[in-house]
Amino acid sequence: MQQKDAFIANLGKIYGIYTGGFLGFVIFLAILEQLGVPNRIIGYLFVFLTLAVYAGIGILSRTTQVSEYYVAGRRVPAVYNGMATAADWMSAASFIAMAGTLYALGYDGLAFVLGWTGGYVLVAVLIAPYLRKFGAYTVPDFLAARYSGNFARFIGVVILFMCSMVYLMGQLKGVGVIASRLLDIPINVGIFVGLAGILVCSMLGGMRAVTWTQVAQYIVLIVAYLVPVILLSAQKTGVPLPQLMYGEILQRISELEQQFGQPGGYLEGVKPHVQPFLSYTPANFFALVLCLMVGTASLPHVIMRFFTTPSVREARKSVGWALFFIFLLYFTAPSYAAFAKFEIFGNVLGRDISTLELAQQLPRWIYLYGNVGLVTVCGVAATSAEAVFQACQAKGVSVLNFANFAINNDTVVIATPEIAGLPYVIAGLVAAGGLAAALSTADGLLLAMANALSHDIYYKMIDPAASAARRLIVARVLLVAVAVLAAWLTIIAPAGVLSYVSWAFSIAAAGLFPALVLGVMWKRCNAPGAIAGMIAGAGVTLFYIIGTYAYGMKPWFGINNISAAIFGLPVAFVVTYVVAKLTPEPSREMQEFVEQIRIPRGEILMEDARKAE
Amino acid sequence: MTSPGQLEEYWGKTRNLMVTTLVLWFVFSFVVHFFVNVLNSITFLGFPLGFYMAAQGSLIVFVVLIFWYAHRQNRIDEEYGVAED
Repeated sequence: MQQKDAFIANLGKIYGIYTGGFLGFVIFLAILEQLGVPNRIIGYLFVFLTLAVYAGIGILSRTTQVSEYYVAGRRVPAVYNGMATAADWMSAASFIAMAGTLYALGYDGLAFVLGWTGGYVLVAVLIAPYLRKFGAYTVPDFLAARYSGNFARFIGVVILFMCSMVYLMGQLKGVGVIASRLLDIPINVGIFVGLAGILVCSMLGGMRAVTWTQVAQYIVLIVAYLVPVILLSAQKTGVPLPQLMYGEILQRISELEQQFGQPGGYLEGVKPHVQPFLSYTPANFFALVLCLMVGTASLPHVIMRFFTTPSVREARKSVGWALFFIFLLYFTAPSYAAFAKFEIFGNVLGRDISTLELAQQLPRWIYLYGNVGLVTVCGVAATSAEAVFQACQAKGVSVLNFANFAINNDTVVIATPEIAGLPYVIAGLVAAGGLAAALSTADGLLLAMANALSHDIYYKMIDPAASAARRLIVARVLLVAVAVLAAWLTIIAPAGVLSYVSWAFSIAAAGLFPALVLGVMWKRCNAPGAIAGMIAGAGVTLFYIIGTYAYGMKPWFGINNISAAIFGLPVAFVVTYVVAKLTPEPSREMQEFVEQIRIPRGEILMEDARKAE
Repeated sequence: MTSPGQLEEYWGKTRNLMVTTLVLWFVFSFVVHFFVNVLNSITFLGFPLGFYMAAQGSLIVFVVLIFWYAHRQNRIDEEYGVAED
């Protein structure tokens, strides 16, 4: 106990030294590179040393106490919980793909930036403080206590699994891709290397280990995200503040778009970057923003992070810190997109490629990423100047234009170091950051699912008499089982499925949000209402997604299935309300229980948690 | 502990703060962006303002809004003696 408090008191010092150590490590690798150490060795050092640090934290944080395992002993200060939440939240998609989405969609891509930040206001106001006061270990715990029984718990676990599994598979794929590129191994082997890292972090110490690893991972990922674009901004504009300077770059992009966007110009067919609603209709844009926001406030692996703070007050503040740390990355992402677009529109497109010599003069990074199939010119992967020249000749293209140049969304962030002509060590840094982002999110998701199985299904529904030691053994076995299942599903799943991680947001939003919010805000809400609402909300959302995706159902009102909760959410609210009104009101005790949740003072309410702590 | 009447008053104030916060959230999540085309004709720090609001402005508002809410709610808790020790 004493020892742990000393750890909490020295957090600033510990993570300060850690950050300094990490920066020193990057500088050390930069020197090695200058001395002629091959890139491949530098890649190995990046992967294994960062993995070793995360694993080390995981092992140091091992625990044999139930409340440490499930909620990190409820001792995590607001700022650090904020950092851990930010790492938990920002996935491989945020780190790698978001800037590319903004590159491709321009203004319309900002729906993701808005949706994935604004949701935290809902978390702060409607969810985090009340669930923290209740003192749950898992989200289904709350549903069971509020809606009298294991049926509500079971529905909660099913919805949790539906939204977390696809999400986890997306992370594992990301880990595999990055590890395979850095280590030069097949993707499927990379998935298992990453999986080993994830398991070492979470298995011995549960939530406690994951918390302190996620803080470490946040530091790596934010440094890795900011450094390349800061250097690029200094290079292109003279000021190392990309978030401010890209306003000027946007203006220059608009000038290029106007000048060369006319019929016959090399940017013909381009969608002006800052002009809204060219890819999404306004209805789709705002529906997506709403679904992502409400989904954020309902995803169990995010909500459970706020169970770890020492008090309700800290839980509220910690949401603010979480959003601040997320904001640092999200307000930088559009600048990556702008700098990349300016480089491509100004320096790549419009080039004469009518001879082989001229094709050879295209920037080197195009062939570097063309070789791994991420850059396509004239309809073929840009593997070499010969391939590009021949394909363009065959199509009669002599000036490289917008229509004949495609870049994969993932490439924008990854290629920035090469676009800026920075040394390989920066590319390695970016890869280490992407790895940290994917691992930290995978940790959180895996824990959310395994805890739902071990705590909600095993302990609460199958064997309520299980001893603490037995519960922890079961928790660890299930953690490994879920991890292996997820890895196996990732390997056999068709590629298309993984890009639909955004569906998880709609399923969580429609399935869980009404039950969680009404459970606190509306005393009259009862078990039949909430259960019917959860089933109806998740059901309508799934029906819409599967119908439009697999069975060619016509979209309702032209809404994309990525925003399916726009139908599921109102249905869930209405069904909950109507069914609750038609059935008897909750008992006097239950209404008093809700009143207790609403005030911060007093013991946490979950009986089991009180016994354990 | 506080009397039931006071508790009701406490929850009333909490709810008012909640509604205020959610109204601001709604304005900066949706309403501002309805007018993106109008705002884009204004230049702010070199950005078209409509684009800026979606890329940075609203995000800054969200961060500040949460800290402001946490601070105000804490004051209400203390006023009614229901804050944690």
